[in-house]
Amino acid sequence: MAFAAFGSGSAKEHKSPTKSSKIVLALLMPGLVYLGLFFLTPLFSLVVTSLEKPAASGAIGEYEYGFQWQNYVEVVTTYMPQILRSFFYATIATIIALLVSYPLAYFIGVKLRARPMLQRLMLVLVIAPFFISFLLRTIAWKQIFSDGGAIMQTVYSLGLIPRSEHFLGTDAAVIFGLTYNFIPFMVLPLFTTLERFDVRLLEAGSDLYASPARVFRRVTLPISMPGVISGTLLVFIPIAGDYVNASQNFLGSAKTSMIGTIVDYQVLQTQTYPIASALSVLLMAVIVALVSLYVRRSGTEDLL
Amino acid sequence: MKRFSLGKLTLPAYSFLAMAFMLIPIVYTIIFSFNDSTPRTQNEWQGFTLDKWFGVCDRPGVCEALGTSVFIGVVSTLIATALGTALAIGLVRYKFKSKQLVNLALFLPMATPEVVLGVGLAGFFYNVFGGAIFGMTTVIIAHVMFCLSFVVVTVKARVQTLDPVLEEAGRDLYANPSQVFWKITFPLLLPGIMSAALLSFSLSFDDFIITYFNAGSVETFPMFIYVAASRGVPAEANVIASAVFIAAILIVIVTQINGALKRKRMLKR
Repeated sequence: MAFAAFGSGSAKEHKSPTKSSKIVLALLMPGLVYLGLFFLTPLFSLVVTSLEKPAASGAIGEYEYGFQWQNYVEVVTTYMPQILRSFFYATIATIIALLVSYPLAYFIGVKLRARPMLQRLMLVLVIAPFFISFLLRTIAWKQIFSDGGAIMQTVYSLGLIPRSEHFLGTDAAVIFGLTYNFIPFMVLPLFTTLERFDVRLLEAGSDLYASPARVFRRVTLPISMPGVISGTLLVFIPIAGDYVNASQNFLGSAKTSMIGTIVDYQVLQTQTYPIASALSVLLMAVIVALVSLYVRRSGTEDLL
Repeated sequence: MKRFSLGKLTLPAYSFLAMAFMLIPIVYTIIFSFNDSTPRTQNEWQGFTLDKWFGVCDRPGVCEALGTSVFIGVVSTLIATALGTALAIGLVRYKFKSKQLVNLALFLPMATPEVVLGVGLAGFFYNVFGGAIFGMTTVIIAHVMFCLSFVVVTVKARVQTLDPVLEEAGRDLYANPSQVFWKITFPLLLPGIMSAALLSFSLSFDDFIITYFNAGSVETFPMFIYVAASRGVPAEANVIASAVFIAAILIVIVTQINGALKRKRMLKR
């Protein structure tokens, strides 16, 4: 779709061959061709694969072209729990990440304006987790919350939960890990919008006898909405597709498997590519729906 | 009055606590890089040692994986930064009809879950070139693909702050287009390009899911950790992660201070 659209766009440029349109083409073409080849074509091939049927030879991992839409029926009926769980985790983790990040982003973006050095330091600290392996950070939490660790030992000795219960492997542990790993993606866009927020609007609000809560609801929150939306997208989407946190070697267990877990298993273990592709297409469809809602709301310019 | 000042302290206190929380796993990783562990006791604290720092490469596989990751990171960053910078300049500086679509095409890779990108590319490579293609090339192609959009976002922000008048002045002084680009545009964009490259490298260096589907027999550093995770991560992996972390933080702090000093000097003039 976007392929054809780009083609028609460049054709239009050709009709009026001015100097600048040649420059635009030279600048945009290499990158767009790259994306066309290695992003759009693979997505398209994913859709084709998701409709394939087992090859006549019956060999494992061999498939041939078909229109096996039943693959989608099979995916939805068999993996409903994993599909629902992925979006459930993503929703809860996104909400918690938003609640945790908003005050932090407000503090850095608004309250620290008078102290640029401290503001910069805090920003560096917010992105600091990016500089250390995401897998190692998750493993660190796994060790911290292990049954023999100080936290669980305290919880056990206080009798809060019986010793037969564990934190690792539960929904809560996976949601915790997902939230932690994606908080910086929420803080950054929130910070970007709050950094430009004109604080005189707050004064105007209180001058008009609005309570602080009302000022927040009617002034601050609406103005920071672009940050809220792009932060929410940047957190929700990767979480819905993540499966490292939910894996048994990290914070999850067999009871926490997500869409990604199944895709990984289908591709690398059973080689049932059409099923893995159908699941991926399904995940992508939900995300495209979410993004287009956003685009309808605020246009594409704000996306980037 | 007292309640009022207490309320004012809540937000800073909360923010510093939240920051501390974010840093816990980093501190944990650095501490465990000094763990005097054996392969069987990697998860428990065995006492302080510097041996793992001085003998990082004694552990088979760790340094090879690091080398692979650095190589992939550098190559993908160079390609992604070049393609992305051109895209960013084209998008900000020129008007064309399909801009909305181009924006969307650039946003989508960022909005696509890694597992979809990974499986999609792996299927594409497999269908077009067959199973033998998987290796360094496929990993680099994949990394350039997901880094590209992030480079565009970062450089675009810098292009937007650039005053076109400066380039016009260059042209008025009879500079040819390539002189204008290399002597005026490029130096002014350099800070943005550098931070895009840094971001791109850290994305590539840390990627696991997409790499995992496209790596063939190549083992990157995250893949080494993933495989090790079932048995417990060796202290040597913590050493490398800690060293990379410290280096990255130093680079960021130095560039920040440099930028601040430059601004001060400019103001003095």
